[in-house]
Amino acid sequence: MAERYTSFEPGGRRWLWQRLTAAFLVVVLAFHFFLLHFVNHADEVTFALSQARMEQLTYFSLMILFLVTATFHGVNGVYNALVNQGLTGTRKTAVKAILGLASVLLIVQGVRTALEWAGGVPI
Amino acid sequence: MSQSYNRGLIEDFSRWREFSAGMWAWIFHKFTGWVLVGYLFTHIAVLSTALSGAAAYTNTIQALESLLVVRILEVGLLAVAVFHILNGLRLLFVDLGVGLEAQDKSFYASLILTGVIVVASVPTFLSGVSI
Repeated sequence: MAERYTSFEPGGRRWLWQRLTAAFLVVVLAFHFFLLHFVNHADEVTFALSQARMEQLTYFSLMILFLVTATFHGVNGVYNALVNQGLTGTRKTAVKAILGLASVLLIVQGVRTALEWAGGVPI
Repeated sequence: MSQSYNRGLIEDFSRWREFSAGMWAWIFHKFTGWVLVGYLFTHIAVLSTALSGAAAYTNTIQALESLLVVRILEVGLLAVAVFHILNGLRLLFVDLGVGLEAQDKSFYASLILTGVIVVASVPTFLSGVSI
């Protein structure tokens, strides 16, 4: 009988979301790097240029989705790495709560910044 | 009955001399993952200077980008991101049942391709910075 090496819970769906977000992030992270380092150069960044991109609904919504999926994938990855190292019981619950709170704060701060550039939701 | 792959106790890093390609891939993926999630929080913190006004944001980004050490760290970030993407694709394919027999070769290919992309990107990442 095969041993279970995974840190994901049996019957859970977090492993599936980790892979679905991975497939999305592979494309969007490569696009993000290419656009902001090769098409536009990082030393030419200004508020006005960031604003011009964020005022387009397609770009704005892609970046919000990028933020949410990257946060989930990263934080879920950290949680799994810690569980894999033997995190259990109360400490596991506490780490889960702290990582959940950190994720919410990161997404809220990211969305606030995007809205600042776009001057509200660009509909 | 399903087959298992006995990786041993990989968390015991003192065994690193015995590690095979798959174990190194696991360690590198985990290391690059920690770096990327750390950078994500730092990145949003820096971008948040936009909340203090247009000038604060533009000045912060341009001051950071004028530093050689920041450009070198960006090349490091590119290396970490490219490896994580390529090895992540390798993992997705293995999850789908494709390429498990060649998982060591695809790990080496990920490393080589990461090296090539990073070296080719160095001139772009260092352009316009004064030493």
